[in-house]
Amino acid sequence: MSEIPAELKYTKTHEWVRQAGQGDLTVGITDQAQEMLGDIVYIELPEVGTTVRASVECMVIESVKAASDVYAPVEGEIIEVNTSLTDQPELINQKSYDDGWLFRLRPNNTADLDRLLDAKGYADMIAAEG
Amino acid sequence: MPFIPHTDEDIRAMLATAGVPDIETLFDEIPADLRTTDFDAVPPGLNEMEVSRLLQERAAQNRPTVCFAGGGAYQHHIPAAVWEITSRGEYYSAYTPYQAEASQGTLQVIYEYQSMMTALTGMEVSNASIYDGASALGEAVLMAVRLSRRGKSSCVLLPATVHPAYRQVVATLVGDQGISLQEISYDFGSGVVEPETLESIQKDFAALVIPQPNYFGCLEEVDTLTNWAHERGALVIGVVNPTSLALLKPPGEWGEAGADIVCGEGQPLGIPLASGGPYFGFMACKQAHVRQLPGRIVGRTVDLESKPGYTLTLQAREQHIRRSKATSNICTNQGLMVTAATLYMALLGPQGLAQVATACHANTMALVKRLTALPGVEQVFEKPFFHEAVLRFPVPASRVLSVLGQGGVLAGVKLEQAYPELNDTLLVCATELRNEEDIEFYVRELTAALAG
Repeated sequence: MSEIPAELKYTKTHEWVRQAGQGDLTVGITDQAQEMLGDIVYIELPEVGTTVRASVECMVIESVKAASDVYAPVEGEIIEVNTSLTDQPELINQKSYDDGWLFRLRPNNTADLDRLLDAKGYADMIAAEG
Repeated sequence: MPFIPHTDEDIRAMLATAGVPDIETLFDEIPADLRTTDFDAVPPGLNEMEVSRLLQERAAQNRPTVCFAGGGAYQHHIPAAVWEITSRGEYYSAYTPYQAEASQGTLQVIYEYQSMMTALTGMEVSNASIYDGASALGEAVLMAVRLSRRGKSSCVLLPATVHPAYRQVVATLVGDQGISLQEISYDFGSGVVEPETLESIQKDFAALVIPQPNYFGCLEEVDTLTNWAHERGALVIGVVNPTSLALLKPPGEWGEAGADIVCGEGQPLGIPLASGGPYFGFMACKQAHVRQLPGRIVGRTVDLESKPGYTLTLQAREQHIRRSKATSNICTNQGLMVTAATLYMALLGPQGLAQVATACHANTMALVKRLTALPGVEQVFEKPFFHEAVLRFPVPASRVLSVLGQGGVLAGVKLEQAYPELNDTLLVCATELRNEEDIEFYVRELTAALAG
């Protein structure tokens, strides 16, 4: 059973979201997602300063199996990216909820967060996906 | 499964769907005088013996021609072993070997090919080949624009000294992808891009393409051009003739930092002239750009028992996994041509390839010297050339071509269509195959043509 921290929010597309203070959000992919992808070998990070829209692809993660899109959980501006992943993409496999974070986002509307899943909702969803 | 496309029943079903009683009614709207059922020019069927005899008669009509034409396709000596080995059943497979289960032999050949191409170009990585030289340049342009995404420029500078057919292919490939191509003119005296010409370019651009040698055979000032582009934050794409690299500075060493992407036509490396194909394009780049390099890359590793093994790497970028996000969807790997090129390079070795290049240059020097000694024949550009040069004749170039053609000399490539200012000129080329006797033959035939 994959790890699903209780304090985070989740998307149906397997991103997690953490409140990073001052309304900013940290985004990564879940333990479940990294397990499904297998060994991650390369990532294309979004550019700082770009505006992303909710549920629209904003970056790519390549594993030995496939290249997968990562979707922005809510609309907002990219304010920081995890550049250490450029040389160590395996951090996503190793610590998907910590060192393997992907980017920080300043949401346009904090109310958008309410549309995301909580830990139980996400756990139920992946249980249903089997 | 039947190999007949449609049965009588299929045809009836289709006609019923279209709502017409028979095929004749379907074609009713074509005026009767435009239709013909009488094909006089198509003879009746022949049996094998008759076909064999006919083809022998036709083959006898071919007269040996001494080839002094280049322009992107070159007649070189190909050691017999190259195709003897390449056409063995183990290599002569019917399909691009992209599957993970492709044989270790095929993968090792590709690995050796990549290693030789990186050595030849002075670059860090090479793909396993691509469709042809022109499409390789198209892919290089797309790659450069992807790499400069942060620079936000989608303009690529494309000198007029790049092969005209390549420029057309590039325009076709990138034209509808929001990429603009800016042509850079050449200097009419030197036949190359004079660096001063570039000073007028103010706008941002993603890359500068540098041909070496250029389409006229002339040597561009690659170091100056490379530095100029790099100082402006742009990439450098080298388009090179692989034979010439045995003598010229490899693109990886151009200027302060070297070219970023190198591509070209692999035909000179053991692929015969065969009415235009099949050829193969090569592409190499700096390690930092490998993620944007289209096509396949074979890597070498060891298995659990420390035995060497070869495998396709970076497949996640390939179209069968990445689909719409693939770096290219037409990165056809010319496996068989690459096998021949690998054998060609392996059999010649660096020294052999340098001998070929030296002989090509010397023979072209001799040819140009002999031809320009004739009254009214002059060399158009004053720059050093590799194994091609542009000559101007006192009579129309098409006349030179047709008269010498009748005598058995393929006198060169006419430039007028792509370069209207170069009327009355031919691009002439002498590879290592053209000996003193051949050059003498050209001189004799041309002397007669000019006199007549």
